[in-house]
Amino acid sequence: MQITSPQFKENARIALTDVGLQKALGNVKTGFPQKRANAVARLPEFDQLRDQGRDLKNHIIANLDIYLEEFEANVIKNGGHVHWCRTSEDARQTILKICQDKGAKTVTKGKSMVTEEINLNEHLEANGITPIETDLGEYILQLRGEHPSHIIAPAIHLNLEDVSETFHAHHNKPKSMDPAVLMQEAREELRARFVAADVGITGANFLVAETGSSIIVTNEGNGDLTQTLPKTHIVVTSIEKVVPTLEDMTLFLRLLARSATGQEFTVYNTLSTGPKRPEDQDGPEDYHVVLVDNGRSDMVGGELQDMLRCIRCAACMNHCPVYGAIGGHSYGWVYPGPMGSVLTPQMIGIEKAALLPNASTFCGKCESVCPVHIPLPKLMRHWRKNEFERHLTPKAARWGIKTWAFFAKRPSLYRLLSQTSNRMLRLLGGKKGRIHKLPMVSGWTDHRDMPVPSSKTFMQQWNEKQKAGH
Amino acid sequence: MLDNNKQPVIGLFVTCLADLYRPEVVFASIKLLEAAGCRVEVPQSQTCCGQPAFNTGDFSNTADIARLTITALEGYEYVVGPSGSCIGMLHHYPELFQPEDPWHARALALKARAFEITSFLVDVLQFSNIQSQFKGKVTYHDSCSGLRELGIKQQPRALLSQIEGVELTEMEESETCCGFGGTFCVKYADISNRMVGNKTDNVAKTGAQTLLGGDLGCLLNMAGKLQREGKDVQVRHVVEVLADQLSHPALGESAYHLGKSL
Repeated sequence: MQITSPQFKENARIALTDVGLQKALGNVKTGFPQKRANAVARLPEFDQLRDQGRDLKNHIIANLDIYLEEFEANVIKNGGHVHWCRTSEDARQTILKICQDKGAKTVTKGKSMVTEEINLNEHLEANGITPIETDLGEYILQLRGEHPSHIIAPAIHLNLEDVSETFHAHHNKPKSMDPAVLMQEAREELRARFVAADVGITGANFLVAETGSSIIVTNEGNGDLTQTLPKTHIVVTSIEKVVPTLEDMTLFLRLLARSATGQEFTVYNTLSTGPKRPEDQDGPEDYHVVLVDNGRSDMVGGELQDMLRCIRCAACMNHCPVYGAIGGHSYGWVYPGPMGSVLTPQMIGIEKAALLPNASTFCGKCESVCPVHIPLPKLMRHWRKNEFERHLTPKAARWGIKTWAFFAKRPSLYRLLSQTSNRMLRLLGGKKGRIHKLPMVSGWTDHRDMPVPSSKTFMQQWNEKQKAGH
Repeated sequence: MLDNNKQPVIGLFVTCLADLYRPEVVFASIKLLEAAGCRVEVPQSQTCCGQPAFNTGDFSNTADIARLTITALEGYEYVVGPSGSCIGMLHHYPELFQPEDPWHARALALKARAFEITSFLVDVLQFSNIQSQFKGKVTYHDSCSGLRELGIKQQPRALLSQIEGVELTEMEESETCCGFGGTFCVKYADISNRMVGNKTDNVAKTGAQTLLGGDLGCLLNMAGKLQREGKDVQVRHVVEVLADQLSHPALGESAYHLGKSL
C-alpha cells in the first residue's frame, strides 16, 4: 500500500472535517472502551493476568530462538512446512511460489495484518492470482479498494450507508439498509468463493511451540472455512507470536478477547496442527507456515524490545484520543494508533514516519489499558530521541528547545527570561487579560485565546517580599 | 505519618508555568502547606523540570536540567509542587541516568520525596482542615500525568469535599486528555483543537460555573478554548479554591474590573 505517513498532518486535517468518518469514530469512542471496562470489571484477577502476560512475553522474547525452533520441529513432525522470511519481499516470493506450485487461481484469506504489512494482495494480483478477503470488514474494504483503518475492526471508519452503497454497486441485489440482509448477501457471495479457492491464507494470533499449532480467533467463522476447505493452507505470521504451551496460549486468549472487544472469549478459536491426517474428515493436504521477521529480530535486546510483547488487541487505539479524533488512515500505513506509532518507524523507517511518535500528548491512556503493559509513551519518546539525535526534528523545534534549554540551565538568566516574557505577555493582553491572536504561536491562537499572566512572576514577588522582611 | 513535634521543611518546586503565569497558585500552595504545619522554602536555583526537552527527545539537555533541579531540591525533607505533570517529570529523572551513575541514586532519592500538592496534603499529611469560603458549582478535570503517573484522583476531591460551599459535578470523560500535551498543542494544532473542544463541551454540559484542575498547562488550554467559544466558565487551579485565594481574576480574565493595573 502507498505510504502516506509523511503527510500525517494533512491526512489528519482532512479526517477532522470528514463528516462520515467522524460519525463512525463516535461509535469507536463509546463502543470498545465501555465493553472492555465491563469485561475487566467482571474478572477481578484481570490485572494479575496482565502481569503474568507481561512476564511470560518477556520470557518468550528472551528465548525466542528456542521456542521458534521447537515450533518448527513440531510443524515438520506433523507433516507441515516452515518458511523463514527475513523481509517482506522474501515472504511475498515464498507465498507466491507456494500458490504457483499449486496452480492457484483464487486464494481465500482470513483477516491478517501481517499480509497487509508485506503487501501480499497486490503482489498476488500482479501475478495473476485473485485474493479474496473473507472477513466481513476486509471483504467490504476489498470491494471499495481500501485498506484497514484498525487492526481488529478494519472497516470501523465506515457507516452502514457506505456498506449499503458498496454492496449495491457490487452485488446484483436491491439496495438494503438492513445489516442482517447485507450480512446474508456477503455470506452468499463468499460461500462459493470458499469452496472454489485453491489456497487458503490466514494469519495467526499465536503459534504454540509444544504442539506446532497455529491459532486464529474470529467472530465470524470465516477463518475456519478459509483454512479447512482449500487443499493448501498457508499461515502467514510474525516471529513474536510464538508461545511455549497451549496453557500459555489460553492466558493470552483471555487477555486478548477482553482487551479487544470486551468478550470473555472470542467466538471461534481455531487451532490448526499440520495437514489433514488419514483419519481426518477434512482439512488441507498441505500446511505451510510463513514466519515473517521484517525488522522484529532487530528489536530483540534493543530499546524497542517491549513492543514485541504486543498481542494486537487494539486497546491502545480504542482508547487513544488522537486516534479517536482522526481515525486509522491518517497514520498512513498498516498499523495505526499508539502501537503503530512505535512499530511503523521500525518497519518503514523513521524518516518517513517521523510525525507519528510525535503525534501524542503522552496522556498515557494507551499504556494504562495495554494487556501486557507495553510502555507506549516511553517507546514513542525513544523515537523522538532518535529523531533529535539524527537531526530529523524540524529545525524550528530543535532550535527552540536548544535556546530554551540554554536558559533553563542558568537560573539567573532563566528568571530574567521569565520576567521579560511575563511583562510582554501582560502588555499584549492589555485590558482583556488574554490574547486573541499571536502570530508566533498561531497553532494556539487560531483555536483558542491565550490567557496572560495575572501578575509579576512568582519569583519576583517572593523575593520582593523576602527583601521587605516578610 | 509525620512526627507531631517536628515541623516538616518543604522545598517548594514552583514550576515554570505557575511562576510565569499564575503566582497566586504558588502563594496558595504555600498557604496550604503552612496551614498544615509545614515550613516552606523556595530554592532559588530551580528553573523548569525539563519536560519540554525530555518530550522533544533532547535527553542531553534534559539530563543537565535534571542535575540542576536535583541539586536545587536536595536537603529538603519533602519537595512539593502544584502540578502532577512537573512532579511526574521529577519521577522520570532516574530514567535519565545509568544505574551506576551517582546521579541515578540522587534522582531516586528526589523521586521518593517529591509530591504533587493535593497528594502530599492528603496522602502524606492526612490534612483535613481546609478553610475556604468558596461557594459554587464546580467540575474537575483529571490531568493525565497526575492521574496516571502519580495516581491523583480522589485527593483533590477529598480536599474539596471539606468546603461546604463546593458543589462538585463530575463531567463526562473527566479522565480524557484535554489535548494540551506541551508542544503538541501547537505542532498538531488541529487535533489538539478537536480534543480541547470535546473537553469544553463536556465541561459546559455539567452547568458548572468553575472548572478546576491541578495542572496549569491543561487549565490554560481549556480556559483559552472556553473563552474563545464564549462559554461562561471560570477556570482556576484547585489550590486557589482550597486556600481561599480568590481575590484575583480567574485564568485569562481581566484584572481591570478588580481595580488592579499592570
